[in-house]
Amino acid sequence: MLTATGLTCVRGERRLFSGLDLAVAPGEWLHVQGENGAGKTSLLRMLTGLAHAEAGEIRWNGESIRVLAEDYRRDMLFLGHHGALKEELTPLENLGLAAALDGAELAEKDALDVLRRFGLRGREELPVRFLSAGQKRRVLLARLVTRKAKLWVLDEPFTALDVKAVDMLAGLIGEHLSDGGMAVLTSHQAMPIAGCKVVKL
Amino acid sequence: MKSMLAIIRRDLLLAMRRKSEVLTALFFFMIVVSLFPLGIGPEPALLRKIAPGVLWVAALLATMLGLQRMFAPDHADGTLEQMALSPTPLGLLVGGKIAAHWLVSGLPLVLLAPVLGLQFDLDAGALGVLVVTLLVGTPLLSLIGAIGAALTLGIRGGGVLLSLLVLPLYVPALIFGAGAVDAHISGLGAGGHLSLLAALLALAVFFAPWATTAALRIALE
Repeated sequence: MLTATGLTCVRGERRLFSGLDLAVAPGEWLHVQGENGAGKTSLLRMLTGLAHAEAGEIRWNGESIRVLAEDYRRDMLFLGHHGALKEELTPLENLGLAAALDGAELAEKDALDVLRRFGLRGREELPVRFLSAGQKRRVLLARLVTRKAKLWVLDEPFTALDVKAVDMLAGLIGEHLSDGGMAVLTSHQAMPIAGCKVVKL
Repeated sequence: MKSMLAIIRRDLLLAMRRKSEVLTALFFFMIVVSLFPLGIGPEPALLRKIAPGVLWVAALLATMLGLQRMFAPDHADGTLEQMALSPTPLGLLVGGKIAAHWLVSGLPLVLLAPVLGLQFDLDAGALGVLVVTLLVGTPLLSLIGAIGAALTLGIRGGGVLLSLLVLPLYVPALIFGAGAVDAHISGLGAGGHLSLLAALLALAVFFAPWATTAALRIALE
């Protein structure tokens, strides 16, 4: 269970939000809404531990994420604006290296299966720079399947995806939640996924 | 530890796919070193005298070339964020990146140095000492350089700042590295200089990944 109390975010001179409380229990997902520049990405980066909150505390299963550090990072998967994909490497290599970075085993066969499931058949061995924006996004989302994390923190996961891929991702999030997972995501679309809580910035 | 090896493997793979960057530094080293005998003229005694300094300064500058790109691509495409979020401590992964940087831009210089040293009429013994000093010295350059690269990450015009920051820190390595070869040529023995160089390396191995990690965390905030 992820809880945060009294979060305050200051960017330069501006106070983006203050005194923000939120809680996500297993099976729930949090929809972070707000205008452009309202601090959605800043909030997500705080929740991952990448950025410090000006005030307030974030707890994972009752313990501060600063104390848990590596244990928390093992339970959490963050997909941000940037792809974290290496343009020179193939989707298969990218996925394998991401898994190695997470300290997880990933057999080549499993990686291939996942990439095909994400509609990248025939492009597994093509350098990522030849893929379209949506296909790059799909390679990135393949990590949701290969990496077993309890908490997903996704920043605009639906950008650049076509209708089919959006449905697939929504299905994937639904599955994750029904397995007792949790998710925090920003999106400008309303997503028909059960267990939604909304935070407005 | 496995993640660290994965990082090294990834960086080597990337270097293989972007050969031009590696080769540029290597050619730079070759050309700079070769210009000196051509400019100064064929006087063996003088060439022998300047050889250690020229080779070492060229190695310093060649290492500088690739330094800015040590973390910049990872920072730009979000890989650095994922590294910071990995269950493996960031310090280890940074150590892996520094090791990869040395393998790509330091080791080739070490291997090339004895061939280039021949132009300066160095004998086999002096060439041997030169290779040893570079073998101990180039990892030191990568380690110190990593701190500078991390500190200047995301700064516009960081390249010049990086040189201003890192080159003064390279001075001890230059003095002891070139000094060892000089001492050997003048018959004093290279032992003392080499020990000091190795001590600097030991210190940097312990301290540099930690300092680099701290700087990277600030850049990520």
